[in-house]
Amino acid sequence: MNSKSFHHALTVREDLCRGCTRCMRNCPTEAIRLSHGKAHVNPDRCVDCGQCMDACPYGAIVVEQDDFEKIFSYNQRIAILPSVFIGQFADDIPENYIYTALRDIGFTDIYEAEFGVDILKTIGNRFSTYADDKPVISTYCPAIVRLIQIKYPSLVKHLNLLRPPVEITAMYIRNKLIDRQIPPEDIGIFYVTPCAAKIASIKSPENPDHHEIFTGVINMDYLYNLVQKSIAKNKKLLAKTARFTPIPPLTPEACMWSLTAGESSTVPGRTLAIDEIHNVIEFLERLENDEITNIDFLELRSCAEGCAGGVLAPGNRFLAKERLTHRSQHMREITPEQQTMIRRQASYLVKHIKKERIEAKSAYQLDDDIGAALKKMDRYLEIKKALPGIDCGLCGAPSCHALAEDIAKGHATVSQCVVLRLRSITQRDDIHKVWGDTLDR
Amino acid sequence: MNQSFSIPAGDFSHAGQAASEIKRLLKQLNIPPKVIKRVVVALYEAEVNVVAHSFGGSISCTITPEHIDIVVSDCGPGISDIELAMSEGYSTASSEVREMGFGAGMGLPNIKNNSDSLDISSSEQGTSIHMRVNFKEHTP
Repeated sequence: MNSKSFHHALTVREDLCRGCTRCMRNCPTEAIRLSHGKAHVNPDRCVDCGQCMDACPYGAIVVEQDDFEKIFSYNQRIAILPSVFIGQFADDIPENYIYTALRDIGFTDIYEAEFGVDILKTIGNRFSTYADDKPVISTYCPAIVRLIQIKYPSLVKHLNLLRPPVEITAMYIRNKLIDRQIPPEDIGIFYVTPCAAKIASIKSPENPDHHEIFTGVINMDYLYNLVQKSIAKNKKLLAKTARFTPIPPLTPEACMWSLTAGESSTVPGRTLAIDEIHNVIEFLERLENDEITNIDFLELRSCAEGCAGGVLAPGNRFLAKERLTHRSQHMREITPEQQTMIRRQASYLVKHIKKERIEAKSAYQLDDDIGAALKKMDRYLEIKKALPGIDCGLCGAPSCHALAEDIAKGHATVSQCVVLRLRSITQRDDIHKVWGDTLDR
Repeated sequence: MNQSFSIPAGDFSHAGQAASEIKRLLKQLNIPPKVIKRVVVALYEAEVNVVAHSFGGSISCTITPEHIDIVVSDCGPGISDIELAMSEGYSTASSEVREMGFGAGMGLPNIKNNSDSLDISSSEQGTSIHMRVNFKEHTP
C-alpha cells in the first residue's frame, strides 16, 4: 500500500529460514507471517528495528550492505563513525589504533557522528525543538519515527523536525570540503551504522535529501572485522606509529548522546528516556490516549541501551556503554578555536537545520473504505471469539488476534488454526491432558 | 458493530481499557486520527467518572460508517446537579480520588468538548450518558 515510499534494509534469506516462528513472535509491529514454511515481511508494517534478526537462530535475517570497494571511487573518503563503534573494542586496544587502522583500510578522514551535537550546541547555544505538539518526540531513532508513522498517526505532529546530529555532521563536512574548492564528485561520505533502521532511513525515497547528505552506508559489524584484522596484522607497527585521532574530539555530552538518556539529559524541561521498542509501544499507547500531560520531551529508542544495543553492533551493549562512559570522563569542553571553525559553516547549516514534514502512513486498517472495514471488523470480532487465544503461532500469524484480522481481510482461513483442528481428532484424551478445557472454549 | 465493556467501581489502574480497545478498532477502520483522539478522550473521561463516582457500570459502543455512539451507564448514586457538574473545575470527587490525580472537575466538560452530541440522564438509581462522535472531520 505504502511500501513504495519505504526502503527496507532487512531481508529474509529463504534458503536459511526454517519457519521456526521466532521472528514472527518477536516482531513488535506484527509485520511477519509464515507461508510455505518461510517468513514473509509486510513492507508497510516493517520498521527495520531488527528484533527479528536478533531472534533468528539460523542467521536467516540479513541486513543489506553497500559494496565496501565503493569508497575507493572517491578522492575524499570520509567515515562518519558513531561513538559506540569505539565501545565495541576491548580496553587493551587504544583508540588511536582503531583510528589508524581505519586510515590503513582506506578512509582519508574520520569524524565521529556525534560531532553534530557539538555543532548544534555551538551554533544554537541550546538544543531547539521543532514540533507542533508537546511532548516533543526525538527523531534520532529512525525505527521509532517509522513506528509512529505507521501505528500512531495522531502523534506525527509531536516529532521533532530538527535534523539528528549525524546529518548535521555530514552536512558540515561536505560544505567544509566544498568551501575548500574540492569538487563535489570527489567527496564520499560514508556512515558506519549500528542498525538496520538507519540504512533504511538513509536509502528511503521518503528522504530524498539523504542521498545528497550520505554517499553510502557501511555496516558496523563488517567494518569491525576489517579493523580487527588490520590491528592484528599491524600490532607491532601500530605500537610505534599509531597517533592518528580524529579532529575535533567530542565533548563528554556528545560522546554519550546515542546511549539511553544521552539526548534527553541535554533538553530543558521535564524529559523522559525510554528504550527498547516494546517499552516504547506501551508508552505510546498511553501518550495517544492523552494520559500523559506533564512531559516536555521524549527520547525514544528502539534498542535497549540505545545505539550500543544496535543489531549490527558486535560487542556487548553494557560493556560498550561502560567504555563510552569511561571515555567521556577524559573528554573536555569544546575550545574557542573549534567553535570558530564550526561557526564558519553556521549560516549554511542553520538554513538546512530542519527536516521535511513527516507524514503518517497508517498500516493497520482493515480496509480503506469505512463501510467495507466495518463489515470486515464484524467478521474479525466473531472469528477472534472463536479462536483459542493461545497465540501459538502455528497458523503462521503471530497471535490469534492477527489471524482473525488476516481472515477478515481474506488473507487467511480458519482452517489454519491448528488448535481448532485438534478438537476434532480422535486421541482427544491425550490432548486434554495438556490443554484441559482450553480447546473446548 | 457493537462492543460492550463492564467497569468495576474504584479500579483506577484499569480505567482506560475500554478507550484503548475502541481506539484499536477505530484505527482498523481507518478513522482520521483527530476523530479517534476525540473519542478516546471522551471515553476515557467517562470511564474515570464511573470508576471514581459510581458503584460500577458498563459501556456500550455502536459504530456505523458515519459515527460512533457510546452509552455509559452506572448503577448510582447519580449526579445531583447536572448543570453544575458540566461547569469546568466543579468536582465532587473525594480527597482520596484527588490524591490519585483524578477529580479535577474536567470530566463532563471534556466529554462535552470532544463529542458532537451529549445526553445525560441521572437519578439516584444511576446515570446514563449518551454521546456521539461523527467521523466526518469538523472544519472549525
